[in-house]
Amino acid sequence: MTVLVGKAGADDVVVRGARVLDPVSGVDAVMDVRVDRGVIVELGTRVDTNEHRVLDGEGLVLAPAFVDPHVHLRTPGREDEETIASGTAAAAAGGYCAILAMPNTDPIVDRSDVLRGLRARAADEAAVPVGFTAAITLGQEGEQLTEMGELADAGAAAFTDDGRPVASAGTMRRALRYNAITGRPIAVHAEEPSLTRGGQMHAGVVAAELGLGGWPALGESLAVGRDLALAADARRPIHLMHLSALESVELLQRAQEAGVQATGEVTPHHLCLTDDAVRTLDPNFKMNPPVRSDEHRQALIDALRSGEIAAVATDHAPHSREEKEVPFEAAPFGVTGLETAFAALYTHLVEPGLLPLETLLERMSAGPAAIFGLDRPRIEVGAPASFVLIDPRARWRVRADRFRSRSANSWLLGRHLTSRIVLTIAAGRVAFEA
Amino acid sequence: MNGLHVIPGELLPPRPRERRHLLSVADLSREDVERLLSSARSFARSQERDTKKLPTLRGRLVVNLFYESSTRTSSSFEIAAKRLSADVLNVKAAGSSADKGESLKDTALTLSAYGPDVIVVRHPQIGAPHLVARVSDAHVVNAGDGKHQHPTQALLDLYTIAEQLGRIEGVHVAIVGDVLHSRVARSLVQGLRLMGASVVLVGPPTLVPAGLADVSHDIAAIEAADVVYVLRMQRERMGEGGHMPSLREYSARWGITPERVRPGQRVMHPGPMNRGVEIDPRVADAGSSLVVDQVRSGLAVRMAVLYDLLTAGPVAVEAAVEVA
Repeated sequence: MTVLVGKAGADDVVVRGARVLDPVSGVDAVMDVRVDRGVIVELGTRVDTNEHRVLDGEGLVLAPAFVDPHVHLRTPGREDEETIASGTAAAAAGGYCAILAMPNTDPIVDRSDVLRGLRARAADEAAVPVGFTAAITLGQEGEQLTEMGELADAGAAAFTDDGRPVASAGTMRRALRYNAITGRPIAVHAEEPSLTRGGQMHAGVVAAELGLGGWPALGESLAVGRDLALAADARRPIHLMHLSALESVELLQRAQEAGVQATGEVTPHHLCLTDDAVRTLDPNFKMNPPVRSDEHRQALIDALRSGEIAAVATDHAPHSREEKEVPFEAAPFGVTGLETAFAALYTHLVEPGLLPLETLLERMSAGPAAIFGLDRPRIEVGAPASFVLIDPRARWRVRADRFRSRSANSWLLGRHLTSRIVLTIAAGRVAFEA
Repeated sequence: MNGLHVIPGELLPPRPRERRHLLSVADLSREDVERLLSSARSFARSQERDTKKLPTLRGRLVVNLFYESSTRTSSSFEIAAKRLSADVLNVKAAGSSADKGESLKDTALTLSAYGPDVIVVRHPQIGAPHLVARVSDAHVVNAGDGKHQHPTQALLDLYTIAEQLGRIEGVHVAIVGDVLHSRVARSLVQGLRLMGASVVLVGPPTLVPAGLADVSHDIAAIEAADVVYVLRMQRERMGEGGHMPSLREYSARWGITPERVRPGQRVMHPGPMNRGVEIDPRVADAGSSLVVDQVRSGLAVRMAVLYDLLTAGPVAVEAAVEVA
């Protein structure tokens, strides 16, 4: 069973003269691309248009579309914040051809009937293919394992208690071992709750000055160390979500060197921001885990460049206006990210020379696809068309009224970004056009 | 890692809109503090006359919006506004629509409809005055937000030190007690450092955060101080899951007793005091105690703050508030 659901596409299109960039196959040339009935059928110069719609790609980059392994679609339960339709439309606008939704909804995705209901709705509503993850423990309470076998049969893309840690090492160990029957990844939200209780931001000098409760780096790395040890002992793969701390990165590197099948992801906000931003007390800078000091940020950038962290994940977390228009201390954690991820990283990492464009493209597409066992979007004859057209010179201002997401709790509101997604083709279907 | 440098300016939110608020001591310059203390001095002199009311802010409206209990801060803001002839509206969370679940944003919008010139906000949550500043056109004064800031307290403490010691620059201040949970300490440390005083924070390791000033866990470190500033110790910090085993152990190690105060040292406390816990009653009532002077300074300083925000002086008291 494929874990992704969505409409199958059979669009016909020709893109002329774009810089075709597929970092995995090593393609980097100005070419035409022809898509017949949703499949790439020809790459080359002066390809026959065959009466297809023709798009001018001059000055644009054509690259494999992105895969986001970490999205909160808020459905079921908080459809005022996001729906499958709005969240996948936001994904399409951000250049994504596949996303994975987190299970911390209301009700929680911990039973196969909830999962089946979501997949049925996504088949009708989704603008791009979407996969649904299921909880590791019932009610995400960290005690009783979900029926992982049945959930996997029903199409669970992975298992995670995201939003909360699995606080008991014993439960985590059983989950890793039992999950061997499914072959689907286990993804962990690493947090040691006794160290993060009351935490509002990174525990450091800025928190001391502001008086905000500290959420220390150790609150993550202690749990990362525990889960890597458990994965090594169980000889099972493990995926670490939204890494934020230097020490977590070091532990991941050491585990990978020791042969543990450990992978990691990092968000655009952890790669672009430091805890200095919290001085504004703007609730759109409140996220879990929190953004940290610059040494942590630099370690995350280094690990993304080297590939030790193989995936960018947005942790797109929509919140209603009334939830975020409160004092910083009362605001919920989380920011949106689907529609700004590429441009934010292009502006803050690629343009200043901190990360090559090819590396960013790989970490937003092939990297996350490989971790979650999804087909890698590729620019190849015979492959389903899943690609983006990017205008690397466009300059735009992030505005609350322009999001396709139902929520606008972006840390980038009012800021200018360079580069823009102008077209997304997902699984053979034109999913977004600027 | 070579050549990897973040451009913090690029990564910070957009420039704030220019509006004059007093939200944090961190937003003040040394010139701002000097100007405020100097006008506080003038207002203090005006309060020695028989007729204490000045016409300065006639026709202006000051709203005191208090979500936390307070005696000295709320009364001193109220008297300060009245002595400047402003109209005053006191809104307390208890008995207001906040009791009915109205959000702070809606309360601020409702009160803003009356066109207040200043909204003074006290709230248990960090960032509350910043939210009011974002949604209202009034000048906002932070009268205490959670553990974050209490800038008028810091200003009145600076004023008291300047009046009693004749200077702030070069004065050595020991702040003793629960710095971690204290907005008073946080504001005062910034104010003292801005004005060239030196600070040592003294208290239990679990209650004194690193990175604000020099730290000592030994009460003997207060010996060299010109001013011993005693913080209120809260009972809920004790015991199970707390930061201290017991009040008894706190008092024994860090309580300010007559034996620990050197002749010539001045003792300050923001109030309300827990006599016998963080401060011995004999110290609290001694001639070296400036506690009553602090309260008196509060009136003059708050008059100066209201005056400064509402008169066309140099624009300086600005907040780093992003306007969406």
